[in-house]
Amino acid sequence: MSLLEINKLKTYYSTYRGYIKAVDGVSLKIRSGEALGLVGESGCGKSTLALAIMHLLPSNARIIEGSIFFDGQDISNIDEDLLRKEYRWKKMAIVFQEAMNALNPVFKIGDQITEGIITHEHMPLKEAIDRARSALSIVGLDPELLVKYPHELSGGMRQRVMIAMALSCNPNFLIADEPTTALDVLIQAQIMKLLKNLQKKLDLSMMLITHDLSIVAETCDKCAIMYAGKLVEYSDIVTIFKKPLHPYTKGLIQAFPNLRGDLKKLISIKGSPPNLLDPPSGCVFHPRCSLAKNICKERAPILVESASGHTVACHLL
Amino acid sequence: MVEDDAVLNVSGLKKYFAVRKSYLSSFFGVKDLFIKAVDDVSFYIKRGEVFGLVGESGCGKTTTGKTVLRLIEPTSGETYFEGKNIYKLNKSEMRQLRRKMQMIYQDPYDSMNPRMTVFNIISEPIYIHKLVKNQVVLELVLQSMKNVDLVPPEEFLNRYPHELSGGQRQRVAIARTLVLNPSFIVADEPVSMLDVSIRAGILNLMKDLIENFGMSYLFITHDLAIARYMCNRAAIMYLGKIVEMGSMERLVKNPFHPYTSALMAAVPVPDPTEEKSKVVVSGEAPTPINPPPGCRFHPRCKQAMTMCKEREAVLLEIEKNHYVACHQFK
Repeated sequence: MSLLEINKLKTYYSTYRGYIKAVDGVSLKIRSGEALGLVGESGCGKSTLALAIMHLLPSNARIIEGSIFFDGQDISNIDEDLLRKEYRWKKMAIVFQEAMNALNPVFKIGDQITEGIITHEHMPLKEAIDRARSALSIVGLDPELLVKYPHELSGGMRQRVMIAMALSCNPNFLIADEPTTALDVLIQAQIMKLLKNLQKKLDLSMMLITHDLSIVAETCDKCAIMYAGKLVEYSDIVTIFKKPLHPYTKGLIQAFPNLRGDLKKLISIKGSPPNLLDPPSGCVFHPRCSLAKNICKERAPILVESASGHTVACHLL
Repeated sequence: MVEDDAVLNVSGLKKYFAVRKSYLSSFFGVKDLFIKAVDDVSFYIKRGEVFGLVGESGCGKTTTGKTVLRLIEPTSGETYFEGKNIYKLNKSEMRQLRRKMQMIYQDPYDSMNPRMTVFNIISEPIYIHKLVKNQVVLELVLQSMKNVDLVPPEEFLNRYPHELSGGQRQRVAIARTLVLNPSFIVADEPVSMLDVSIRAGILNLMKDLIENFGMSYLFITHDLAIARYMCNRAAIMYLGKIVEMGSMERLVKNPFHPYTSALMAAVPVPDPTEEKSKVVVSGEAPTPINPPPGCRFHPRCKQAMTMCKEREAVLLEIEKNHYVACHQFK
């Protein structure tokens, strides 16, 4: 049974130059207890998808079409009060990209964690503080840090605070949006290990958004590749890396340097990602695809699922 | 550590930045504090070689890069470029030398004037160094753009930086250094702001340029996999000091210093069937204002001995051309 099921979701930003098709017909499933890696380059709509699930889209963005089923309930146009009461933070939570900017610099860590707990769980301050303390110890921080300000913490500690905050109301679904992008290698390894352990321990379902294929390879069970607002390939993690079918997925893997094994020449994908105000006709990847045929320019490919659950959108298959 | 056929020889380089203190505290004899960004660093770069400077943020790699170009003055130490101590040169001699030593910056979005066209950006160094007569400037610019695969160059000449993609911008930045035909380039995280699919193109371009023009690079990066792809030799920096230096493959396959091993182990592997990365070191690097006494890595090192707390470890040649600063290896 899928915990989260997204069906043909379209989320557009309206700007004075027209609609930016950030998420354009994406369908995805996440089973309970599963970790999905959502991979794509900057501007491909992966963060917009996360914000759409959480109902945190900026005012100029709107879900145009499609549905988001969470635990069997369509939450794509659910009442905001109900969502806040029942879902956000209690059932699903998000860890944002840059912990430095996501924390409020003028409030103590404790105030920021308890604010969320009190808003969603309606408990007295004293209990909320206890809850916050235990949340901090879960992520491997000293509970005494509650009285510190964000600037007194290092980057890795701030990211741990963000994770503690997201887990403070015991959600069963966690979105981690580029949780380690601004961090150094050693700290990145620590945070990813923490997330992986917590996911196992708390039986969380997780959506890990990143541009770094190697992180997904290490932490996720399933992997979805997005390009220019579309889902191009989805499968289990080993299939994606060992038998990728979509030319874009193949390109990404060949462009990624590896520290182990033999030194291979990197192959880049020509061109650069399209402008989503005016995406290319047909398959969005065709201007950069070395195998593109006439049909690719004319018709958009649909996602086809094989028996093993390997889903690809490409005319050439 | 002086190499005869080296393009660049750096010895004992130090750069301390004074920490600003309040006006009042100067009356109470509060001690001057310094950030020891680069603390006694020595290395050389051979002709046609890519030398990597690898480390976490705040370890002093960018400061080293800027100091060896004399974009900032060192606190002490020497840098010999083609046999000349560049810190002893006067302004006009330095300007002449700058033609041969150039820099590529990290952020192609910030390192270009948004009001200048691509032609203006690339031709500016030609005018500054009065390289050629005005009539041939365009020719030189076009050639340089072809060298970085900005083709057809005519199409890009009159564009502004905001009309270019990140990868194209970084190509313009490289073209701007190439017009001067430099023999040494400091590349400071040239691909860290770029997307994965574009990154490989820029890295391959930089590799081709070495083959075609025979220049040397000081390649600054925090990404070990990229360092491995690009560099012949590399130095691993930690809190302003070089902890290990040698051939890149050797550093990857068989690191000596506990910090280098920890770094290598922590890099995730883009292959789900292979062994996963490991967390070997806990905690984070302390500030370089008051670095730990003795070996700077000892508070995080699992193999630390009493000696590590007391005495600084010196960079010693353990194998031929492989240097390590660790008390375990003597």
